[in-house]
Amino acid sequence: MVFRVPKLHPNALVAISFLMLLVFAPACGSSSTTSSTAGVADSLSGSLTVSAASSLQGAFTDIKAAFQKMHPDVNVTINFAASSTLSQQIIAGAPVDVFAAADEATMINVSDAKLLSGTPTLFASNSLEIIVRRGNPSKIATLSDLSKSGLIYVTCAPAVPIGRYSSQVLQKAGVTVTPASLEPDVKGIVAKILAGEADAGIVYSTDVRATDDAAQGVVIPADINVVAKYPIAAITGSGKTTSAEAWIAFVTGTAGQSILKSYGFTSP
Amino acid sequence: MTRLRTGRNRSAGLQRPPAAILAIAAIAIAFFALPFIGLLWRVPWGDAWSLLTTPSSLTALRLSIETSLWATALSIVFGVPLAWVLARYGFPGRRIVRALCLLSLVLPPVVGGVALFAAYGRRGLLGDSLFDWFGMRLPFSTAGVVLAQTFIAMPFLVLTVEAALRGLDRRSEDAARTLGASRWYAFRRVTLPAIRPALIAGAVLAWARALGEFGATITFAGNFPGRTQTMPLSVYLALESNPGQALVLSVVMIAISFGVLLSLRDQWLGGSTTGRSSQ
Repeated sequence: MVFRVPKLHPNALVAISFLMLLVFAPACGSSSTTSSTAGVADSLSGSLTVSAASSLQGAFTDIKAAFQKMHPDVNVTINFAASSTLSQQIIAGAPVDVFAAADEATMINVSDAKLLSGTPTLFASNSLEIIVRRGNPSKIATLSDLSKSGLIYVTCAPAVPIGRYSSQVLQKAGVTVTPASLEPDVKGIVAKILAGEADAGIVYSTDVRATDDAAQGVVIPADINVVAKYPIAAITGSGKTTSAEAWIAFVTGTAGQSILKSYGFTSP
Repeated sequence: MTRLRTGRNRSAGLQRPPAAILAIAAIAIAFFALPFIGLLWRVPWGDAWSLLTTPSSLTALRLSIETSLWATALSIVFGVPLAWVLARYGFPGRRIVRALCLLSLVLPPVVGGVALFAAYGRRGLLGDSLFDWFGMRLPFSTAGVVLAQTFIAMPFLVLTVEAALRGLDRRSEDAARTLGASRWYAFRRVTLPAIRPALIAGAVLAWARALGEFGATITFAGNFPGRTQTMPLSVYLALESNPGQALVLSVVMIAISFGVLLSLRDQWLGGSTTGRSSQ
């Protein structure tokens, strides 16, 4: 055993050097992407990284499968998280080619950082619902029921779009609710409802649909509902402009739109 | 064996390690140092004080200190007897019990949080009883934060204290017993002082772990300023809305952790390791 250790050294050196490269990568990110542009200039191939809002998880996973059927040489990776987290990652230099956000404000943050190539396109909208456990055990019928004493309501921090939309809706309805928790993203709200620890939250219609009947939605009247508009844009400096544009065209095209509809989104 | 021994003697004779090892070690040091240097370089030092003293930072700081101290106290109260039983009391299934009690040490904290739901959540095994007996709900409460931190941090103390108890020379305890001391008296006056360095080291490690706890806390206790939003949660959320504040809070946590490690090595770990290696 002892004498095998020296044999591992070349591998270990490679591994450590690779790590060191990773450590230094942010400094030389721009130069490495220029070199990759040359390789992927003419045809649709290579990798494409899409950062998409959590609420797009189901729809974009299907869209990815359909897109890759059309462009088998493009290897699509999708990173799902809160739009605010994603925009922060992009501004911090994450190698992302396409950004699909759940609100226009987070897209503006990326735009202000001069990181968008072209203008964002609206590709879907999503309205809000009150999410409750299956069978609605707390008997919630309207927004004002959320202020019932003893009812545990969870939402997101104001920096997350759903957190901001929820408070807009509650404000319009004239309801004051004290949340038990400000979750980092929509999935946190849904998880707390499904775990039975919270009674209600406000989420996108698509999130309720994604629970497969483990939770159900209570409709919020259209006049006080907030409709979230989803913008999509290519990120500059990615060097994969063609693939990025093809992805955006697919999402805004007929095939992409019908997949989005099947997940509860409406057209923008 | 002989080969090993000569190798050891030779390296003991040479003061400096081979150049290749030195070079790789230097890369490793740079690998650890760079993230912290990078972070310090990013911190908006001009606004550091005002960012640190904003009400939201101070609230998170105060809550973190309170909850982590509670978690440390609970870890000592329950962890020392547990360590004693694991070290001294040979009962069937002891290895399984030890693995069970140390599981949260290696478990992803989020999984720990989910498991806490299953036991102490509203629909958990004990959830209803806790509410009936004490009228309290642990999820989304400060007590829930303390529970999550204790769950994650106590194994650090148990491991350290158990190792010390195993390494202890039991003759002084036996002497105390033959001189008429009760078991409890011998434990309090002979055993406890003897393992004090390990106890302090374990408590400090557990405290540092509790202070840094994120996954189990956000899963089980949620996130609400002043009630369950501890420093790590505050850092995570501020990254999106106020990166400067996140960086300043990160520096505070790094400073605390660094101080803990430095003091451990110099005062307690150093003393106890020389003691242990001499046996």
